[in-house]
Amino acid sequence: MKSKIRTGIEQKLEFYKKMVTIRKFEEKALELYSRNLIRGSIHMYIGQEAIAVGICSALKKGDMITSTHRGHGHIIAMGGDINRMMAELLGKSTGYCKGRGGSMHIADIDIGVYGANGIVGGGIPIASGLALASVMKGEDNVAVTFLGDGAANQGLLYESLNMSSIWNLPVLFVCENNLYAQTTPSKYTLAGGSIAKRAVAFNIEGIEVDGNDVERVYEVGTYAIDKARSKKRPTLIEAKTYRWKGHWQGDPEPYRTKEELREWMEKCPIKVYKDRLIKEFGVDKKEIEDIENSVEMEVAGAEKFAISSTEPDKSKLLEDIYA
Amino acid sequence: MKEITFAEALNEGIKEEMQRDSSVFCIGEDIGLLGGAFRVTKGLIDIFGSDKIRNAPISEQAIAGFAIGAAMKGMRPIAEFMYIDFMGLAIDQIVNQAAKSRYMFGGKIKVPVVFRTQGGAGRSNAAQHSQSLEAWYYHIPGLKVIMPSNPYDAKGLLKSAIRDDNPIVFIEHKLLYSTKGEVPEEEYTIEIGKADIKRVGSDLTIIATSNMVPKVLSVAQKLEDILDIEVIDPRTLVPLDINTILSSVEKTNKVIIVQEAVRRGGVASDISSYIIEEAFNYLDKPVKIIAGENAVIPFSHVLEMEAIPTEEKIENEIRNFIK
Repeated sequence: MKSKIRTGIEQKLEFYKKMVTIRKFEEKALELYSRNLIRGSIHMYIGQEAIAVGICSALKKGDMITSTHRGHGHIIAMGGDINRMMAELLGKSTGYCKGRGGSMHIADIDIGVYGANGIVGGGIPIASGLALASVMKGEDNVAVTFLGDGAANQGLLYESLNMSSIWNLPVLFVCENNLYAQTTPSKYTLAGGSIAKRAVAFNIEGIEVDGNDVERVYEVGTYAIDKARSKKRPTLIEAKTYRWKGHWQGDPEPYRTKEELREWMEKCPIKVYKDRLIKEFGVDKKEIEDIENSVEMEVAGAEKFAISSTEPDKSKLLEDIYA
Repeated sequence: MKEITFAEALNEGIKEEMQRDSSVFCIGEDIGLLGGAFRVTKGLIDIFGSDKIRNAPISEQAIAGFAIGAAMKGMRPIAEFMYIDFMGLAIDQIVNQAAKSRYMFGGKIKVPVVFRTQGGAGRSNAAQHSQSLEAWYYHIPGLKVIMPSNPYDAKGLLKSAIRDDNPIVFIEHKLLYSTKGEVPEEEYTIEIGKADIKRVGSDLTIIATSNMVPKVLSVAQKLEDILDIEVIDPRTLVPLDINTILSSVEKTNKVIIVQEAVRRGGVASDISSYIIEEAFNYLDKPVKIIAGENAVIPFSHVLEMEAIPTEEKIENEIRNFIK
């Protein structure tokens, strides 16, 4: 499967900008959550940015994804509008879902995002269904479903792998193995130790990748997406990564050590890529700073937009339950 | 008019809708060569092919999920669950994904999927193959629930259900499949949300669903010299045509609700509560419910007949009620 993909500087800077946007959006969301402007729970994607950006950058218009409860990164990587995202987190009428969905249910059908999902594994068969529709309509679109190491123990994943394989569906299963399912280390729950290896039972190729290397993820993602599109065969990618924050904001994190977290923070996908851009690809430090500053401003704009937006109209509670 | 069976009526309905709209397809277990466990899709694979009549592995949750994903992307799937007792395997997809996605996403998508199934006792199929579980789906906002009692209603309502843009649980009854009834030669549909007065009367209103309808009609005929019974078949439980029911109660001042399902937490109790709230002053007697016992359906025929309302039981209860 070795095909070296050359990404030009434009693309590399795009990767960087998207990862920084995710990071700064999540940090802002954390801040607003601590100020009680965001209710319920939020699940931070901090630390995993390279996977969303690497995979989603390999998709084309018309392709589709289903995401997880930890979905802000995927939505931003697909080109989501961070104003409408932040407004949705604050439950405002201007949010992506008119304030009715919240963090775990953001969707933007126009850019192919068929929803974050509050049920672990819930979006998996839906992505296969999207792929099925594409095939039945004679389109050449690909569907990607993101899932975690926790979801890798849901039976529904195996039903979906099986049915996608027998029906030759253009679907990619991207498992973000961040080593912990809520507060349970996957090393204790994943019999056999490897998620990628489980795919072979279904005649599906399973590929492991360093989830913190955005270009490597992009390479593997491109391969799998092209295979889905041209050969109508599914693939399972297991991307190894780490989440910096607790499962949910407020998680006391009794299941891991500060040393472990520190080690992984050294391998920050953004920091590592920034160093490469400057040292290996000769990007000017100023250009990096400009990107970071411009993202800061965009995120500040999203905060302002969300806070100043109105609450939903109470009288519209029952609107859109039925079509 | 022609006389056909309930199963044939459903078969015609599916066939006509598939001929009319290429986005309609069927997915389920044994629906291809066999034509479905109850022959509802008999012959359809020869007409439409295995792409459109998708015989699936025994994977209820994936069957539901794939159908939901396909529906989100513009197809109109009919997903068959051989027994309503098995739908529990798919319930997360039905309740948490299909029912809620439109609302959670702010009205952006629709999920036009029909979940067809059958239930009911009387054939010694024992506890796990004989239940009437409409109450589970009745309770979930976002779903519509349809329970036809005869071939004419079955075909007309199934056609409408397929054309409806909402997720619909369409519950047939295993003892109704072979019953015959008149159906127009020409095409027709029945509006969802309209009850049908199966027998006009003035002394007593009986509301009945599914296989209880023919039983109640039979008893009504038997008692016609002493009692003029009005029989109402709601046909659709969600949306419920409460107005037709209330008008009847205002006329007769006495009402009995008959359901095969277990009494506890059943739809009859809910309908009863609306009658009491809205038409209390018209009632000469409390609302009476005749329902299945709060029992696990037994295998023994003798015991099974104790667990569900039989014609004999219905007649005795009516006689006691009017004393």
